Amino acid sequence: MKPLLTVKDLTVVLDGKTVVSSLSFQLERGDNLAIIGPNGSGKTVLVRALLGIVPHRGQIVWVPGAKLGYVPQKIDADRHLPLSFGDLLQAKERVLHLPPTEVRSVSEIIGLSKEVLETPVGRLSGGQFQKALIAYALLGSPDVLIMDEPTASLDQLTEERVYELMRRLQEKLGLSFIVVSHDLSMVYRYANKVLCLNQQGLCFGPPHEVLTPQALQALYGEHHQLYQHHHLP
Amino acid sequence: MRRMSLAGDAVSHIALPGLGIALLLGIHPLVGAAITLLLGAVLIWRLERQTGLDTQTVVGVVFTASLALGGLLTPSEDLIAALFGGFRGLSTLEFVLALGLTVAILIALRHWKDQFILNLFSSELASATGLNRSRIDLVFSLIFTMTILVGLRFLGTLLAGALVVIPAAVARQWTSRLSPFLGISALISIGSVAFGMALAANLRLSQGPAVVAVAAGAFVFSLLVRGRLQTLPTP
Repeated sequence: MKPLLTVKDLTVVLDGKTVVSSLSFQLERGDNLAIIGPNGSGKTVLVRALLGIVPHRGQIVWVPGAKLGYVPQKIDADRHLPLSFGDLLQAKERVLHLPPTEVRSVSEIIGLSKEVLETPVGRLSGGQFQKALIAYALLGSPDVLIMDEPTASLDQLTEERVYELMRRLQEKLGLSFIVVSHDLSMVYRYANKVLCLNQQGLCFGPPHEVLTPQALQALYGEHHQLYQHHHLP
Repeated sequence: MRRMSLAGDAVSHIALPGLGIALLLGIHPLVGAAITLLLGAVLIWRLERQTGLDTQTVVGVVFTASLALGGLLTPSEDLIAALFGGFRGLSTLEFVLALGLTVAILIALRHWKDQFILNLFSSELASATGLNRSRIDLVFSLIFTMTILVGLRFLGTLLAGALVVIPAAVARQWTSRLSPFLGISALISIGSVAFGMALAANLRLSQGPAVVAVAAGAFVFSLLVRGRLQTLPTP
């Protein structure tokens, strides 16, 4: 079976500065990839290159017919905009010529109430906003959800809920995930592959194999360790 | 695209040099205005992409240059009408063309509305959805400038943009929901024009300033009423 994604010698140069350099890796269907790295290491730029939003050199080859959903790191949404996520979801539904029941179906899967869908975007809580963004990304039945720090600025409980939602989506819909995250414990719990990025790919593979103290030190430049808690049943 | 809306008032000034050149050449002023508005829209779109400057800066440069150039080119006896509206009476042909342009704008808005909504919220998400945000920005600019052209006849280059900005500001006082917002904006705009032109005709006032004064009055009224009702949330 063809790999879901093949990245070969990917290089991204923005404003004359090399942000991602000679990166190569491969993903299979059903993989959950976590991309980790310090601030400014090129994680968001890599995500944008995978989506085709920024120019790049090298190869990015998705399996034919792969559909991508995207949840960006932050959106500069005007708090006073007279728009609700209901408006946005319906607009996307029409733009992509999706069946009219798609919005309701996705809202039920995510657990978005009618009230949340009708609330102006500027009045939503952080957790509601994030769930609504995931619903937006799910419209059109993507094969892969690409999420850039989906739990940034969320409290721990809400963060857990978002990751649980992602796990349920994978079980129910068979989605693959590519997630940029700073939370190494969540990476270890939910990802089956991790890519360590600091302009170049410094490690790639299952977290329990590649997240060694040496790899983390090379990545972050400080003494980092991952403590695994094993609880008795 | 969002910031284009904020710069809406300034965009109308771009029509002035076209008006002036048309008057000097003895052709219909709105033909000249249409040409400079369209060229201005494309110029702003190109400059944004090539210079990386934000919309408001680019519009600021283009409109001030246009205003200066228009002031130099427009015959002095026509300058007041060019700035504030109120050329000679509307001919049947002008009415039909304005009506046709309005219908074309409404059809274009209907076709592009969803793409505008997505791009307005987040151009990055619009791109990830597969939309061409550069094309959306250009189409929006062109529709925007043609809307300004429709109002130019009786509002003038200084005030035409006001009917884009003020009715929306009034509507925002009353609702946070998209459909009511669009409906209220349209009603305020139509009401301001009707009432303002009636006032201008009866009191022998300039049309453009009368219309905009009515719209501004609606905004003040909304502030006062919403201020009294400030304990109630905006629906």
